[in-house]
Amino acid sequence: MTTQTLSLAPWLVATPLIGAALLLLIGRRGDRWGHWLGVLASTATFVIGLVILLDMLGVDAEQRVATSSVGTWIDAGPLTVDLGFQLDPLSMTFVMLVTFVGTLIHVYSVAYMSHDHDRRRFFAYLNLFVAAMLLLVLADNYLLLFVGWEGVGLASYLLIGFWDHHLPNAVAGKKAFLMNRVGDMGLIVAMMLMLATFGALDFGTVLGSADAADQGLNTAIGLMLLLAACGKSAQLPLQAWLGDAMAGPTPVSALIHAATMVTAGVYLLVRSGPLLEAAPDAQLVIAIVGALTLLFGAVVGCAKDDIKKALAASTMSQIGYMMLAAGLGPIGYAFAIFHLVTHGFFKAGLFLGAGSVMHGMDDDVDMRRFGGLWRLLPVTWITMGFGWLAILGVPPFSGFWSKDKIIEAAFVGEGWRPWVFGTVALVGAGITAYYMSRLFFMTFAGRRRWSADGADGTVERHPHESPLLMTVPMVVLALGSVGLGWVLAAGDGFVHWLEPVTGHAEHDEPVLAVPVIIGLTLTLVVVGAALAWVQYATRAVPTTAPPAPALVRAARVDLHQDDVNETLVMRPGQYLTRSMVFADRTAVDAGWLGLAGGVGRLGSWLRGWQSGYARQYAAITLGGLGVIVLVIWLVATTAG
Amino acid sequence: MNEFVAPEIDWAVLSPVLVVLAAGVVGVLVEAFVPARARRVVQLVLTLGALAGSLVAVALLWDRVLTDGLAFVVDGTVLLTPFTLGIQAVVALLALLGVLVVADRTSTGQDAFAPTAAAVPGTAYEDAARQAGLQQTEIYPLMLFATGGMLLFPATDNLIVLFIALEVLSLPLYVLCATARRRRLLSQEAAFKYFLLGSFASALMLFGIALVYGATATVSLELAVSRLANPDSPVLTMMPDLVIAAVLLISVGLLFKIGAAPFHTWTPDVYQGAPTPITAFMAACVKAAAIGAMVRVLFTLAAGLDEPLRRDLETGLWVVAILTMLVGTAAGAVQTDVKRMLAYSSIAHAGFLLVAMVGLDEVGAQAVLFYVLAYGLATLGAFAVVTLVREQDADGVVLGEATHLSQWAGLGRRSPLLATAFSLFLLSMAGIPLTAGFLAKFGAFSAAVEAGAWPLAVIGVLASIVAVFFYVRLIVLMVLTPPVEETADDGVTPAGAVAADGTPDDGFRDGEGVEDGPEPARTGTLTAARALAGRAAVVVVASQGPTAVAITVCAVGVVLLGIVPAAVLDWTTQAAAFRPFGP
Repeated sequence: MTTQTLSLAPWLVATPLIGAALLLLIGRRGDRWGHWLGVLASTATFVIGLVILLDMLGVDAEQRVATSSVGTWIDAGPLTVDLGFQLDPLSMTFVMLVTFVGTLIHVYSVAYMSHDHDRRRFFAYLNLFVAAMLLLVLADNYLLLFVGWEGVGLASYLLIGFWDHHLPNAVAGKKAFLMNRVGDMGLIVAMMLMLATFGALDFGTVLGSADAADQGLNTAIGLMLLLAACGKSAQLPLQAWLGDAMAGPTPVSALIHAATMVTAGVYLLVRSGPLLEAAPDAQLVIAIVGALTLLFGAVVGCAKDDIKKALAASTMSQIGYMMLAAGLGPIGYAFAIFHLVTHGFFKAGLFLGAGSVMHGMDDDVDMRRFGGLWRLLPVTWITMGFGWLAILGVPPFSGFWSKDKIIEAAFVGEGWRPWVFGTVALVGAGITAYYMSRLFFMTFAGRRRWSADGADGTVERHPHESPLLMTVPMVVLALGSVGLGWVLAAGDGFVHWLEPVTGHAEHDEPVLAVPVIIGLTLTLVVVGAALAWVQYATRAVPTTAPPAPALVRAARVDLHQDDVNETLVMRPGQYLTRSMVFADRTAVDAGWLGLAGGVGRLGSWLRGWQSGYARQYAAITLGGLGVIVLVIWLVATTAG
Repeated sequence: MNEFVAPEIDWAVLSPVLVVLAAGVVGVLVEAFVPARARRVVQLVLTLGALAGSLVAVALLWDRVLTDGLAFVVDGTVLLTPFTLGIQAVVALLALLGVLVVADRTSTGQDAFAPTAAAVPGTAYEDAARQAGLQQTEIYPLMLFATGGMLLFPATDNLIVLFIALEVLSLPLYVLCATARRRRLLSQEAAFKYFLLGSFASALMLFGIALVYGATATVSLELAVSRLANPDSPVLTMMPDLVIAAVLLISVGLLFKIGAAPFHTWTPDVYQGAPTPITAFMAACVKAAAIGAMVRVLFTLAAGLDEPLRRDLETGLWVVAILTMLVGTAAGAVQTDVKRMLAYSSIAHAGFLLVAMVGLDEVGAQAVLFYVLAYGLATLGAFAVVTLVREQDADGVVLGEATHLSQWAGLGRRSPLLATAFSLFLLSMAGIPLTAGFLAKFGAFSAAVEAGAWPLAVIGVLASIVAVFFYVRLIVLMVLTPPVEETADDGVTPAGAVAADGTPDDGFRDGEGVEDGPEPARTGTLTAARALAGRAAVVVVASQGPTAVAITVCAVGVVLLGIVPAAVLDWTTQAAAFRPFGP
């Protein structure tokens, strides 16, 4: 790659950052055109990324990995950290995903947020997010990555609580922020361990020398990285914030909480691949976390009536797939990223579709009050339909190419693992088919559970298709949902593209034959979808949630995730802080107050001597001298 | 009979003192011959010039004294050591800054001094003098004489000259204390108390000098030491009590001047009653001069004592140091008047200085020198700020200083720069790092630890912690508390004189704007001042310039000494030699 191209790397971060700064500093003056500045910054970033990508495609695979340093960032004796950027197929994949999908969502937001008087600020935060996300994926060391990591967390927080005049939104933002802090601690501890083990934080040194390091330390670092990934990617046990994060405007949910930011955890683990390979135990835990989360999200998704929360549960579940793949080792890395990319397209498309539905339904999110919308929102219906088929993994839609590979990879291995992980992945695909079909049918098929005049106790709605600024991005993303998987899978192109980073994986045969796996998967998918069709398209859907078995009731409240957190963490934490406060008040404060009181009493007593009479002052002088002499005499006699 | 031989006099050695005293004499002549209108300017130029000249003289002598270890005239009547010169430099510098504060008439056009101090307060004559716009320019020569005394105080080997220097520095101060423009009775009361108690302390010191002469048949310090240290000398073995009594009595006179407990009782009353610029001058310069003399005299005498007597002296110093820190911080914590609070603060600092001194060696001398400079800058600056915060009556006429703490609430909003400077001084006095005060305290306490007096250092640190309370409380008051126009009683009983049968509150009849005060009787005079404070509105007057310069110099000094102290620390190390190598 040419040096000119390398020198463009910092501009990938700088361009949206400048956009954000301008939008924030310009103030209300920019309200009328600020959103277009935001779109421009995002587009320009995409163009820069495209230039670098084309240049990268033009060179041999071995030459596609390069770093570009702006200078030394931290120079602290033995530790130096560069302000360096890593340009390789993995980071460029993210750059293209973030800027392409990001730009589409910027355009969509112009229309979606057109009635919001804070639209300029919204675009500033979106630009800030893009800058931070690109810094995260482009950094060539963990510390700089951490800056981006925190930056996306900040942007996420600001955007979840964007409508903070409504208290639950602000609370949701805080919840996301706090839970992410737990994960951030993991990353910080991981960096401490790296410093202690390798004396450096750059990918080259850390990943290059992981083989030689103690396996226990590698495992510890791997687990800490997993903790970080769990926070950012909403994996068990730090998954509880994602559902609430849907409080943010829908474009935010599409870009940050579906397509890009939440996948940062997967990026972190794939990036740290060489280190994880030296820590098999950590890898196993990653796979287990992924498997558990994919089931967890799927189960929750089946019971959610809020269209955005159902999609959030689905996101959690799909990232579970990626996590599972990342835990499988080199064989899974490429598929994890592959699924991440296709998921970025179809899930963003689904979210934008959901936003379009809400746009037409007075911002209602309850699918029990939707139904039969296909006729009125044709573009939304078709684009979401493609997204639906993609996430189901129906061939030839893009999800098939990526998810099926993960399921196959999960069946590779020896002992109990392929059977457990493979089965989970397989069952997950079936449940996914059920809940996504449920979502799709509840929204577009079946009888209308609303009416234009509010008759028969139904809600009054006037659904209408969204403007072009919204539908065009949806169409583009739908095209991606249709063809992207096939394009990238052709000739294993994407896998080979990532090989300079993920390494070459030998093609091991799964414990079941591949056609069998595909057949089983498709069967389960069809069964799941058919079940949903029968339940939600052919039968009447109650407009309020009916009584249901215990599991469904639990799934409706996210399998009691908040109760668990509150019982295990929040309450003990509160008791701890309360007892600390109590100890502080009774012991520490009391001690100091006692001292202060003593000083005060002594002062008041001394003040009594300060009568204002010269005669008394003279007496004190003389008496004081006498006391001093007395003390001297006493000391002299006792000392001998 | 010997023929009288005119002594050889090395005038250069005298120059730092002589310049100032001569300028004082010229100043008296100026009063007599220069027209009233021009006097102030002439006096000011003369005074500042003399003090600057003294500084130059010190600088010129510096290399010579450092090389020779001493310089003296007439058998040590005036004797310079590096330490002495160091003290003289600090005193002259602080006096220069003090004069700037004294000279400032602020935007009100009035200085802090009575139009004619001889007038009986509240009389028609006083009113007439005020109407005529008279001014008391004699304060400048008086300050010069006082400064001359201070410069001489640590610069002699002769105990008689020591005593004369003490009186030369004290007598003008007694007068100066009585010259306040406002609250004149309070001012006169303070001056009279200072005079009475000062005389008492002088008498004790003189008694001590007599005992020294009685024991050693000389009034020369070095000669006395060599006679005491003489192994064949019967004095120490036959009359140890006489010697230790002499040393203690001389110490009392010096401790009185630095305001150490239990000889501190005058300090709060005098600091509060004196015109604030004079308080600033006294608090900074007198303490520096007195501590300098103390190091010179006490450290030198200690060298002549045998082990038990030396231990007795150290015990005495311990007791005084502990008492002083305790009184300064504990009583300071319950003050409600800013001048009184600063007075107790200066008492506490006297205690810290004594902690630095307990080793009676050069490490202590070095710590002391740095400490008085750091302390002097902060204290002078703080009192200078006090001169600018005034009360204002309903007609907008600016009155005296607003000294009640509650009146300082919200000063940070009203006058951020002034509040910043004041906070800086308070932080330095509290000993917060990056200010001069931190290094000063660090030096003092480590000197004590080095001398094996770690319990004193521990007590010093504890006292510092308590002191932080009242410094920071004032900062909190200025910065975080909103200003209260109608100040209610803040619940803290006024400090100081609370004797039920106290003197009548005659101290306030002249104080403008206090006529509406309640319950005049049955309170001590000083209490009444505070009880009446907090009534009028508070206003910050603008400096004419000199005070602003002084505050700026002090603030910059406090910061620079805190951040880049190396040069000054080197200088104090060079100047640590307090004794001549042998005259």
